Amino acid sequence: MAKVTIDGIEIEVADGTTILNAARQLGGASVPPAMCYYSSLKGSGGKCRVCLVKVAQGSSKDPRPIPKLVASCSTPVADGMVVQNLTSPEVLEARKGVVEFLLINHPLDCPVCDQAGECDLQNLAYEHGASTTRYEEERRTFEKIDIGDKIKLHMTRCILCYRCTMVANQLTDNRVHGVLNRGDASEISTYIEKAVDNDFSGNMIDVCPVGALTDKTFRFKSRVWFTKPMDAHRSCTKCSGKTVLWMKDNEVLRVTARKDQYGEVKEFICNECRYDHKNAADWTIEGPRHIDRHSVIAQNHYEKTDLLTLKKEIERQIEFQKGKPLPLALDEKK
Amino acid sequence: MGRQLLLEHIAVPGIETFEVYRKMGGYASVEKALKTMTPDQVTEQVKNSGLRGRGGAGFPAGMKWSFLDRKSDKPRYLVCNADESEPGTFKDRYLMEKIPHLLVEGMITSSYALGAKTSYIYIRGEYMYVLQILEKAIREAYAAGFLGKNILGTDYSLDLYVHPGAGAYICGEETALLESLEGKRGNPRLKPPFPAIAGLYASPTVVNNVETIAAVVPIVNLGGDEYAKVGVGKSTGTKLISASGHINKPGVYEIEMGLPVEEFIYSDQYCGGIWKGRKLKAVVAGGSSVPILPAELILKTAKGEPRLMTYESLADGGFTSGTMLGSGGFIVMDETTCIVRNLWTFARFYHHESCGQCSPCREGTGWMEKVLHRIEHGHGQMSDIDLLVDVAKKIEGNTICPLGDAAAWPVASAIRHFREEFEYHVKYPEKVKNPKHFEIEPFVSSKQLVMV
Repeated sequence: MAKVTIDGIEIEVADGTTILNAARQLGGASVPPAMCYYSSLKGSGGKCRVCLVKVAQGSSKDPRPIPKLVASCSTPVADGMVVQNLTSPEVLEARKGVVEFLLINHPLDCPVCDQAGECDLQNLAYEHGASTTRYEEERRTFEKIDIGDKIKLHMTRCILCYRCTMVANQLTDNRVHGVLNRGDASEISTYIEKAVDNDFSGNMIDVCPVGALTDKTFRFKSRVWFTKPMDAHRSCTKCSGKTVLWMKDNEVLRVTARKDQYGEVKEFICNECRYDHKNAADWTIEGPRHIDRHSVIAQNHYEKTDLLTLKKEIERQIEFQKGKPLPLALDEKK
Repeated sequence: MGRQLLLEHIAVPGIETFEVYRKMGGYASVEKALKTMTPDQVTEQVKNSGLRGRGGAGFPAGMKWSFLDRKSDKPRYLVCNADESEPGTFKDRYLMEKIPHLLVEGMITSSYALGAKTSYIYIRGEYMYVLQILEKAIREAYAAGFLGKNILGTDYSLDLYVHPGAGAYICGEETALLESLEGKRGNPRLKPPFPAIAGLYASPTVVNNVETIAAVVPIVNLGGDEYAKVGVGKSTGTKLISASGHINKPGVYEIEMGLPVEEFIYSDQYCGGIWKGRKLKAVVAGGSSVPILPAELILKTAKGEPRLMTYESLADGGFTSGTMLGSGGFIVMDETTCIVRNLWTFARFYHHESCGQCSPCREGTGWMEKVLHRIEHGHGQMSDIDLLVDVAKKIEGNTICPLGDAAAWPVASAIRHFREEFEYHVKYPEKVKNPKHFEIEPFVSSKQLVMV
């Protein structure tokens, strides 16, 4: 076990845990953002550099600070390590710089992008980016291509996180796509006009943090915040069958895997569940998907609060108004 | 001329063949090491010699060797980094082309010290003809019993292979080199683990520059302590310098560490002074990645002491008024050089060579190139100069590998020392329309030109 202090809060985690995962165990505002790290994909992380943090004290044995900022997703903790994330102006400045770099070749046309509303880069830029751009030059652009009959690749939007290539490597038998070229001319592509065609290829869409890989069966059908996400499952021979149905009235517009609070899929789903069962009758619907209330998707939120709970919540707030300490919220009690 | 430890016999006709090389005392270090020394003793000699990595970073080679995980049951590898692609550096090519056996000999002795049974020379793809020279030398060494099974009748066996890269600068970064050698895309790895623990095929690996490995030969022959007597302080031995640019005698020179920079530039033994009787304007002392220095700072440090060709003296003053010895790519510029144009050329190189794996380098190098292109062609604004400084600052230190730093340092230093010139480009766009603008009318700034 190793004791680490992140932004002044101490936590004990297992040896070998990365700083990012230690911060996630703590939760709260001090969790560094991550655009390329994906806990269920081996070898991911270290590339986007938005998770950079400052190590003010290396360990209790060797208290010297690490001179450079480190990528929290790939640096393991040491006992007695002191990490600064939000408390270090240097980190925030570097992160702002990285967001700027990610945006210089990324089109700033969120209103016409299908990913808007569930885009990690949009959230990141909102939190850490500048409100104007200093980049005057022409942006890098590519033609849209179809990789397989269900997936659209728009390289222009790609931030080269390499997640989708890892899905191809690790979830499926054959590696059919990867990265071509070098530097800012790099592109995700398939091997000379070969289609990405295997049972789990659809997960590429879920792991993409931006709008580079989108589902052709859903593309431009609806803005994501006009749909209602419902947890659902069916018995499937290929995968867990646990999904989220994105519905409009009783129509299933899209099926995706379930993402956790950090936007990561823990249980990948097969293409049959994703594309071939867009009928509510095929699914056992469990109930509304919990979406973080800060997300734009929660705009159209509908999780029913029964009146009794609502009354208790109002009473709780009134107590607080009277100057008493805020009692625990109902879902925090246990 | 100072003492020559590597290029002593360079002028002997036929030195590239095994017979002549052997006649001139070649392969003595292999005999000495294999027959009279244990591997640890060889490592000890290298440690005593104070030899520092000649590829650019200047990390002590003996220390790097001692980090190698010797307890692991996996095979150990020695990989020679011959992917020399830094603009301004061409010393390794010269050495491999002229005395290929020196590198082969160094590889055998070093592999013995590290306990490697298989070793590789990773050479850049553009050096295909050098690869053929090396392969011929290796065939000759096999035939003479210096490679293969039971070398010189001892129980030590070694196989040596040459592997060409596909022409990427990034594959000179040691972990990208290992990825490429394994047959993958040449992207640098995240460290730790360092190659000494998990390098080639996840086995303990040492990666050394051509010149470092060649220097092991005189170290074993002379003994580490004797080798350490050459040079000054912590910069021991000799160094190959590839001198290029506006000098009378460009070429590869072997110098003793500690030679004054002024002597190196102006002495007839070395560069022979600035061509056409012009004045010295600036020097990039260690390959394109190191900070550029104006004439008055390269000849003398900020404290007024004469600057020497050593790791420490060139770095004196940090990045404010110093630079680095780097890989020894010594680029000299006369008064007609446009620093902005030179910097744009460097920036174009780094933009082209960035692997594209991590965001600051992938996007930042391209951005800097575009802004510099604008300034150089008379379309810049004053705010662009500060923008460049800021972009460079945000790349530096935030990337996976040192390519980001290498791209940022020249930009930051050129603006630090030659800001007036960038401002000139913004103020007088008409005057810089001609690409040879400073050849027609040299840029004059009283503090930057010196006549010696």
